[in-house]
Amino acid sequence: MLSVFKDLIRYNREFTIGLLLVSLIVIFACLSFFSPYPAQDIYVVIPDQPPSWQYWFGTNSRGQDLFWQLSFAFRNTLTFGIIVAVLSRLISITIGLASGYLGGWVDRILMFFNDIFVAIPIFPILILFYFVLRSDLNTYTLAVIMACLGWAFDARLIRSVALGLRFREFTRQAIFAGMSPRKIMMEEHLPYVMPIVFSTAMANMIWSIGFEVTLAVLGFTNINIPTVGTALYWANNHSAMVVGVWWWIIIPVVLLVMMFLGLFLLAVSINEYIDPRSRLRRMGS
Amino acid sequence: MDTVLDVKGLKAYYLMKYFGISREVRAVDDITMSIRRNEIYGIAGESSSGKTSLIKVLAAAMRPPLEVVDGSVRYHFNGEEIDPTTASKEDLKRIRWKHLSYIMQGSMSVLNPVRRIERTFADFAKEPLGLSGPAFRERVEQHLSSLKLPPSVLRSYPHELSGGMRQRVTIGLATVCHPEFIIADEPTTALDVVVQKEVLSMIREIQQKMGSSVVFVTHDMSVHANMADRIGIIYAGRLVEEGPTRQMFFAPKHPYTAHLVASLPRIGDTTQRPALEGKPPNLADPPPGCRFHPRCPLAIDKCRTDVPPLETVDTDHRTACWRWQDVRPLDGAPTGKMEAQL
Amino acid sequence: MTDLLEIRNVWKRFPMGGLLSRAHIDAVQDASFSLTADKPEIFTIIGESGSGKTTLARMILGLEQPSEGEILFKGQSVSRNMNREKRLEFMSQVQPVFQNPFEAFNPLKRIDRYLASTARQFLKTSDRAKIDAAMDDALQKVGLSLKEIAGRYPHELSGGQLQRCAIARALIPNPPLLIADEPVSMVDASLRMAIVNLLRSLRDDFGVSVIYITHDLATAYYISDRLIIMQKGRIVEMGDARVVLSDPEHPYSRLLKASVLSSEDAGQGKLATNPDMVAEANRLATMPSSRLQERPDGRLVRTYEGA
Repeated sequence: MLSVFKDLIRYNREFTIGLLLVSLIVIFACLSFFSPYPAQDIYVVIPDQPPSWQYWFGTNSRGQDLFWQLSFAFRNTLTFGIIVAVLSRLISITIGLASGYLGGWVDRILMFFNDIFVAIPIFPILILFYFVLRSDLNTYTLAVIMACLGWAFDARLIRSVALGLRFREFTRQAIFAGMSPRKIMMEEHLPYVMPIVFSTAMANMIWSIGFEVTLAVLGFTNINIPTVGTALYWANNHSAMVVGVWWWIIIPVVLLVMMFLGLFLLAVSINEYIDPRSRLRRMGS
Repeated sequence: MDTVLDVKGLKAYYLMKYFGISREVRAVDDITMSIRRNEIYGIAGESSSGKTSLIKVLAAAMRPPLEVVDGSVRYHFNGEEIDPTTASKEDLKRIRWKHLSYIMQGSMSVLNPVRRIERTFADFAKEPLGLSGPAFRERVEQHLSSLKLPPSVLRSYPHELSGGMRQRVTIGLATVCHPEFIIADEPTTALDVVVQKEVLSMIREIQQKMGSSVVFVTHDMSVHANMADRIGIIYAGRLVEEGPTRQMFFAPKHPYTAHLVASLPRIGDTTQRPALEGKPPNLADPPPGCRFHPRCPLAIDKCRTDVPPLETVDTDHRTACWRWQDVRPLDGAPTGKMEAQL
Repeated sequence: MTDLLEIRNVWKRFPMGGLLSRAHIDAVQDASFSLTADKPEIFTIIGESGSGKTTLARMILGLEQPSEGEILFKGQSVSRNMNREKRLEFMSQVQPVFQNPFEAFNPLKRIDRYLASTARQFLKTSDRAKIDAAMDDALQKVGLSLKEIAGRYPHELSGGQLQRCAIARALIPNPPLLIADEPVSMVDASLRMAIVNLLRSLRDDFGVSVIYITHDLATAYYISDRLIIMQKGRIVEMGDARVVLSDPEHPYSRLLKASVLSSEDAGQGKLATNPDMVAEANRLATMPSSRLQERPDGRLVRTYEGA
């Protein structure tokens, strides 16, 4: 595993850049554990200070130090995105592989539900959840809800690959070797869908974080929990651009773009590495 | 001798780099051959023997990681010399279809599934032929009728035709401009036996009519037996034997060829066929000396260290074997008469 | 005499066109033959693409349900709807060998995993030593050894070796019947005879019956005892392999034999086909009423009413 990392860093520039960007954000998010101020306290520093040596990212109109505030925000947002991506990947792998390999009525039933999840409008449902749960809607609940809504497209993609694999000769070989369907799906077919899982995980994180930001900006989440979305909500609420506190908006947006770019580069380069075709080429066939 | 193609000392390697693992696969290693006007030259070889890579170089369809490392390839078209490995895009475009064309294995890779056959013909052949509208159509119809295809196929889509018909259409496409040189890469591999024979006889017929040269690639020796005028056998990236079809079958001078022709089963003959032991060498790490030596029943110490040169052993007959004088037809080899047409 | 495998008037019909279309195609029409358990044999099914030979093989393997008729293996009905227990029991008796050795194993996985899984499932043991012994035993039968194969990936072996591994895997449960669907059509010429000779030795030395499916008449003549020739879903000729192929009677069989490229007259460019033979064979394929008739030499030939 370690040698894989070394290889990737040495021979793949995208991976190096991606790793650098993502590490910066992760380190920044981890700094929140050492924050001198609790996340939700306000008016702990002088408000509206531009970036300086004392306040690296400036301070906002609520009297918070943006450096520490944003490090909390990125920790929460990252955690949220990762939880959604992992949970929804688990659902889409299970449904996609089972549907593609088992076929028949299993496929029809699963794809029926799949199509429902593709078709339902997500935004109104999320707002509905907000009205029902109110302040119970924390990062984790929202992540679980988003995961349950965000697997359908990718399950279809995985199913299409699994369908192709089902008719390959090695699958029949595995059947006549007495392997159980679960074993065939998990050990024979999973390596072939991993590239899809990785690249869609990336797209899924962008999707879920984007949704979280949108909801938060409109005030449909628990606005007391610092996330990238709520940071922007408060900035908007205090008319940051109008009163000239530009750093309150520009800095989180720049950091967000860095994170997306880094994740994207990582996904692309890891994808290339684990893609069965390039793996086979490296194995020398 | 009037040659159309001269290949001299050609070396084409796959140079690959993946995450720090670099690999050099010597797919074509020092091949020298020439193709004459008006002949069918059969190239035989197993999978990953380098025959496909050789064809890619000849057809100017070479792409990285395959690269020509050494040697030269020269076509002689109308007194003009052209090297497909270094020629400019314009030059290649000028000779394609008109002088040099291909018949590929899968007809679907040439015929666009959503276009009628006539559109495909227009796309490929209109410019090289330099004919317009009705004249072009007439020429195409005339050509197709010589291949026993009705003009109505022009109005059809590829999926409406049977596999054999489609393959005949691709042959029509490859020959409509009367090219001097045709490369046929396993054109009948996917076809059924009855259709295969029809298609083969058609290729032969049209070749004789046009007097062009055909390089015919297949791993199937029984196809070569009936198609080729001369056969070249490729083993592990090298040309190991080359000669007139008859001599290759009835008096092979390389142990590999002797094995290939003897291993063909025939109806009416139940002699136990020999099987060749061992496996084809890995081209990334080929054995030293003669590359066939690990599987060769005649191998001596010299074969393990020294590369045998391609020696002329008879008229037109060359072999790369230190012990060619000791090669005899094996049990089960065909016993046709050498003298029949000599 | 007990039957190992009995095919009784089996039909397979596939719907054609959309859901509402009533059109269908008969992939296999009224096929009947049987293999005896007493004497192992190589039974060859010859046919071109679209002849129904692969569909027939899939039905014998229980991967496809016959539309009509019945397939009995050792007196038990073979069906697609067997439960897992019954299917495992069936698979320990009938094993397949597929066409493309390069596709036979997952390229990302080691080969021995398939052999080990077969041994574990069908010999019902989880004892590592027993599994290894069974694997090595099967590999020895095909001229390989566990030492050569253990830990290897498919790309490290040649097509011939892979096909032998596939056969070894099929042999692990000691099945009395092997279904080999075009096992040599994608193997290189120099390695092909090793596989064909291996099938022969399975019959002679290990008493395994083989259903050998091919389009190649020459190898069929070389190894098989009995054969059937199929045209567009119908059996047109059936009988002793040597008798039928030396002197085929049905026009389609004769056409197939005439289309075999011979190496005997190499260099003479003999490629002409008699178009009348093709036309006659095609005409017979569309004749509606026909039946198989027995000839004095034991073969069955399809005859047509009004022909």
